[in-house]
Amino acid sequence: MSGVGIVAAQCAHFTRPLALKGGGVLPAFDLVYETYGALNAAKSNAILVCHALSGHHHIAGRTADEFGKPTANVGWWDNIVGPGRPLDTDRFFIVGVNNLGGCHGTTGPASPNPATGKPWGADFPVVTVEDWVASQARLADHLGIDAWAAVMGGSLGGMQALQWTLSFPERIRHSLVIAAAPKLSAENIAFNDVARQAILTDPDFHGGHFYEHGVRPLRGLRLARMLGHITYLSDDQMAEKFGRRLRSGAGSYGFDVEFEIESYLRHQGDKFAGVFDANTYLRMTKALDYFDPAQDFDGDLARALARARAKFLIIAFSTDWRFSPGRSREIVHALVHNGQAVAYAEIDSVHGHDSFLMNEPHYHAVVDTYLKRVTL
Amino acid sequence: MNQPAERADFDLIASWVQPGERVLDLGCGDGSLLQRLIEERGALGYGVELEGAGVLAAIAKGINVVQGNLEQGLSGFDDQTFNHVVLSRTLQTVRHTERILSEMLRVGREAVVSFPNFAYWKNRMAVMGGRMPVSEDLPYEWFDTPNLRFFTLLDFESLCTKMSLIIRERQVLDEAGRLIVEEPNFLGSLAVYRLGR
Repeated sequence: MSGVGIVAAQCAHFTRPLALKGGGVLPAFDLVYETYGALNAAKSNAILVCHALSGHHHIAGRTADEFGKPTANVGWWDNIVGPGRPLDTDRFFIVGVNNLGGCHGTTGPASPNPATGKPWGADFPVVTVEDWVASQARLADHLGIDAWAAVMGGSLGGMQALQWTLSFPERIRHSLVIAAAPKLSAENIAFNDVARQAILTDPDFHGGHFYEHGVRPLRGLRLARMLGHITYLSDDQMAEKFGRRLRSGAGSYGFDVEFEIESYLRHQGDKFAGVFDANTYLRMTKALDYFDPAQDFDGDLARALARARAKFLIIAFSTDWRFSPGRSREIVHALVHNGQAVAYAEIDSVHGHDSFLMNEPHYHAVVDTYLKRVTL
Repeated sequence: MNQPAERADFDLIASWVQPGERVLDLGCGDGSLLQRLIEERGALGYGVELEGAGVLAAIAKGINVVQGNLEQGLSGFDDQTFNHVVLSRTLQTVRHTERILSEMLRVGREAVVSFPNFAYWKNRMAVMGGRMPVSEDLPYEWFDTPNLRFFTLLDFESLCTKMSLIIRERQVLDEAGRLIVEEPNFLGSLAVYRLGR
């Protein structure tokens, strides 16, 4: 089955300042986004897909090269978006957006700071999930969308889908929160901080102003990604995929790549460090750490979620230990406590936290079945 | 999921639910009972279902369904959240019998339990004839049954006494779904109880 075909990003420019939760103000900003399918006349069929830590606006289809031919650059959630797929573009208008602080065209640390003309670098504010949702609401205004039929996301994207129901209860009818958590655990924050320390202590980081020095903290970013990748996979899956296999024959009793898992992680680290911005990575992990909608309610998640008007689909994966099913059930039980509408599916999968990106038939059937009931 | 299409106990359960009441259906399957309670009785319904196929079917009906395993109790559900907690034709498949009954009355004010009566006369006849019973309410062969516990009305009521559960109401049905009054432990194929603390 073919997907949405060739796609191109668009850019929306916003001139009204955005006050941030952390105290700063962005005087103006750009959001880069893609859309698939057509917005109906009632503007009631729009779904916003929020991205996770390393994601962006290019969710589905392929970008084109200078001759208009499709490139190998397939969207990161292409398997779920397209005609006849769960996010059915024959029925829905799908929007993907690169979040503030990102490094794929949206205003972020590598963008010029209007005050200095130089890249923001370390001076770019720390943005939160609430700030992203506020900026996404500006994009909804720009597109003429009063209320999303659904907002959806996995991991950090799921947190945005949850925050939407709290920041704008009247502007979201369904919230699909996948492989997420209502807040990070101490262990989650610990992993994030090790990743940040890898970047912050890289001599090429230059306090976040590395752009001016013509270098990038590749070593730190690479380590951060390698660490992250370990938490995205499951132990079983690593054992099955790599085991203790050696890359070439017997061990050399040295420190070069020997085991397949080392080769895999180093490859992932190198690939990521080559394209991602270290300042963005720092901010994405901070947004994760700060997310805690129950914080203003003495930690009572049910009270925090009481103002939501949306219906919820919560999905977790059996081997996800980064945000285990128990974390999703915290959200589910808070909603049940409040008498709010919720369906919860716990999917058997070997792929750990990354399962939400995989084409698991039962998982996709759950999303498909749920979205088929969404009225337009 | 392999439940008889005709669910005579559903009529009774529906008659006990008042509009606006919160109902938790344990082992809700495709959500048929909840759908009925929502549409006919105006209940606020939630279901717990273990099997992915049941969860999917319930989602297709727009039912609030939570995937989970009853054997692990109802941890996460808050105390006294529901007016009724229903366990329809499922108690005989649960290993931790006492725990699930306690949990039902922790999260709900009333437990509604239905189960096949092993002492139904046809079942007794089958055993007398040397074979395990297969009937409308015990539709499985011994080698493929999900049932772990085989018990009678008298057995169940003695457990209720042991657990200090109050039987608020008992209705007993035959295989055709008719109400049985006389000799229920002999003439009844399916029992439906309302329990409290």
